[in-house]
Amino acid sequence: MANITDIIAGLFPGISVDTPEKSAPVVTVDDSKWHEVAAALRDTKGLQMDYLVTIVGMDWPEGLGCMYYLMSSVTNEIVGVKVLAKGDREQPSITSVADIWKVATLYEREVYDFFGIVFVGNPDMRRLFLSIDWKGYPLRKDYDANPDLNPVSIESERQSDFTSTYSRNADGTLAKEDVRVFQPEDFVVNIGPQHPATHGVLRFRTAIDGEEIKKIDVYMGYIHRGVEKLCEGLTYPQTLHFMDRLDYFSAHNYHHALCLLIEKAAGIEISRRAQVIRVMMDELSRIASHCLFVGTFCMDLGATTMLFYTLRVREQILDIMEKTCGARMTFNYDCIGGVMADLHPDFVKDVKELLAVIPRNVKEYNDLFTGNVVARNRLSGVGILSREDAIGYGVTGPSGRASGWACDMRKLQPYSIYSELQFDEVVATEGDSMARFKCRLDEILQSARILEQLVDNIPDGEYLVKVPKVLKLPQGAWFQVTEGCRGAFGLYLESDGSTKPYRLKIAPPCLPQAAVVDHITRGYKIADLITIGGSMDYIVPDIDR
Amino acid sequence: MTSGYIQAQFLDTTGVHTLLTETLHLAPWAAVTVECLLVGVGILLVYALLALFYIYYERKLCAAFQCRLGPNRVGPWGLLQSFADMFKMLIKEIIHLNHIDRFLFALAPYLVIIASVMAFAVLPWNDGVQIIDFNIGIFFLIAVSSIGVLGILLAGWSSNNKFTLIGSLRSGAQMVSYELSIGLSVITMVCLAGTMSVTGIVQEQSDLWFIFKGHVPALIAFVIYMIAGTAETNRGPFDLPEAESELTAGYHTEYSGMHFGFFYLAEYLNLFIVSGVASLLFLGGWQPLHIPSWDGFNMVMDYIPGFIWFLGKCFLLSYVIIWFKWTYPRLRIDQLLALEWKYLLPINLFNLVLMVLVIVFGLHF
Repeated sequence: MANITDIIAGLFPGISVDTPEKSAPVVTVDDSKWHEVAAALRDTKGLQMDYLVTIVGMDWPEGLGCMYYLMSSVTNEIVGVKVLAKGDREQPSITSVADIWKVATLYEREVYDFFGIVFVGNPDMRRLFLSIDWKGYPLRKDYDANPDLNPVSIESERQSDFTSTYSRNADGTLAKEDVRVFQPEDFVVNIGPQHPATHGVLRFRTAIDGEEIKKIDVYMGYIHRGVEKLCEGLTYPQTLHFMDRLDYFSAHNYHHALCLLIEKAAGIEISRRAQVIRVMMDELSRIASHCLFVGTFCMDLGATTMLFYTLRVREQILDIMEKTCGARMTFNYDCIGGVMADLHPDFVKDVKELLAVIPRNVKEYNDLFTGNVVARNRLSGVGILSREDAIGYGVTGPSGRASGWACDMRKLQPYSIYSELQFDEVVATEGDSMARFKCRLDEILQSARILEQLVDNIPDGEYLVKVPKVLKLPQGAWFQVTEGCRGAFGLYLESDGSTKPYRLKIAPPCLPQAAVVDHITRGYKIADLITIGGSMDYIVPDIDR
Repeated sequence: MTSGYIQAQFLDTTGVHTLLTETLHLAPWAAVTVECLLVGVGILLVYALLALFYIYYERKLCAAFQCRLGPNRVGPWGLLQSFADMFKMLIKEIIHLNHIDRFLFALAPYLVIIASVMAFAVLPWNDGVQIIDFNIGIFFLIAVSSIGVLGILLAGWSSNNKFTLIGSLRSGAQMVSYELSIGLSVITMVCLAGTMSVTGIVQEQSDLWFIFKGHVPALIAFVIYMIAGTAETNRGPFDLPEAESELTAGYHTEYSGMHFGFFYLAEYLNLFIVSGVASLLFLGGWQPLHIPSWDGFNMVMDYIPGFIWFLGKCFLLSYVIIWFKWTYPRLRIDQLLALEWKYLLPINLFNLVLMVLVIVFGLHF
């Protein structure tokens, strides 16, 4: 840690670096220097902050601004950068870093959508989730939520073929320029929002030339529920319930992540038994999630039968969950201080039965699908994502690991009891759809391995420690990255000392995965869009939040 | 009589003819018209019933492949499910769309179903039980079944929808390509039979089915025919024109009610027709399984009626095609065309030469 702050302080004399006790170091940079600092952070040896985890838009008492969280794929260190916006609340602006981290294009659009901060130099400065006629910027503290301002419209949503890009004039004012998204002669097909293969309400505006894809404009926000805004009005235990509803297949993992963050901030130690239970539930979720991926992915490719073979295993896992948690989805099981309820008496027996059938099932999937010549032709060499692009676009999880980027947060940022467990990080180098598919299949076996180590070693003890009835966090900000089923799940929590979060930012893994689709589908066929989108395995509620 | 006439040979038709001309004193032309009408109604009835059976058959089979039960609520073992579905389809509203080419939009499903009914009429069900039989029967079958692609192209184009347009263009490319393979493998077998008459081809196989008689080239032709036939019916793994996960429902996205029902029926019946043609070209049509010099065995086989042989072979071949569909992922359009033009077509041409050599040198059984 000290090393990183030293390098940064050495590079930029006079820069202020905070080192909070329980979170990553935070560098405060003025906007005029930000682009230069960003480039240095990415390129300086010893720092190599090449992965932008998230951009947290903020409405601090001192003004609007952003927290950038960066991670290095070499040193695995995390650093936060705080940048205050220039200008008044009418037109605040920050210099764009879209040319340094590719995924920033989209993250900056999100901040613009919610805070109205214009990013100077971003090639695509449109709203991301809200409709283009939305009035106000909802995550600002002075936002007027009066429904009369933004009534529910029964008209078709207004669409624009233009996007904007901003530049600074010599006198500091902003100049706006309109840019076409598609050319007038493009043949644009709407794939989604209601489409069998988009796995939810996601929309790809696809320009095609015959069967070939020229450009895709990803259109999001159909299932945006404003979870981050809602959380600001709720107490800490209440915010937990939203975690089930983002990526509903990683419900346990996300719940676990927020519990960890709040416990860390509040200084609560939980029992070993609760930790083991949480990790086991995470890994069961991972197997169920990957099984569902295999099934739906094969169905997208036309092999419907595989879906039912994989659902068999998932069904068994859901039965285990139902016995202990009382639900088959949105489990709401982890809570601050441990877990809601103790394990069902059959849990150990059921998990052992599951572990007995998993290798046989994975072998069956491989025999039926992976080895099939049609499947190999459809997947191999399709949608190749290079390692640099995976990092630049922030594609984590099995999709990133298939491109050769070892990005498993269970290994890089060990949390809970993961550092004590034996498991391999599945990494492939091909970066194509087949690699992404195989990575997930192999991860099922690794998760099973973790379960095998734990199933006979669940310690006795209390499953829930006592926590204060009214939970107040000390003033401060915390950031943490954990591993969901689909990749790195970042959480940023800022507290002003009350019972409610001042800001809770959720950095989902699926947003960059959907954002990268345009980049890797160009030049491929329409059918490959389905293959590539399917192999990325994004979940739309996780993108939109 | 020449062989180029329409011959109604359902069971003993002379009785019907006598009834019409002598008892009812109808003029010969009127009698023939009435007979043709009766045959038409009969063929449509059998067509519809068979399509319903096929829907049920596929549902049950795919359920078995997928560890499910399939339809089991309507009637015993769900037997009435497809009837219920048909009635649902019949009473559904046909939604009228704006901004489409109304005439072509309405015409398209009829073209598809007419092509399929005409091809259906050629199939021989038993010795003499056949609607159309003339000396170029198999050629006629290939010709009329090609009309279907016109319907699909029109459906996609007249719907004024980008998805249907892509679906129908895919379909056009696919069907025109695979027609070549079908045609060539049929020609290969016609060489062996020495006739294009459907009856003649079946009669030729009374001692031994062509797939055994023509051994290697016949076997190659059979495999190619089955692949191309599956592609021709737009079924998985060649169901790109519909490609549910890519194009929602491809060329028939905009169709509703019975218009959609026609596409649906035609698809299932085309499955039967492809299996039927394969069985008459390669597996002896309605001919029982005969093995030369096994007289006892042959006599036992003769006890089983011809139409059971025919239907049995059709259902067996359909089973294989359905099995394909529920196992394989879908091909991509370029892979699909590469398979035809780079592999099937050259193999087919080579196979035709091989078959001719086999016949010239008398190497077949």
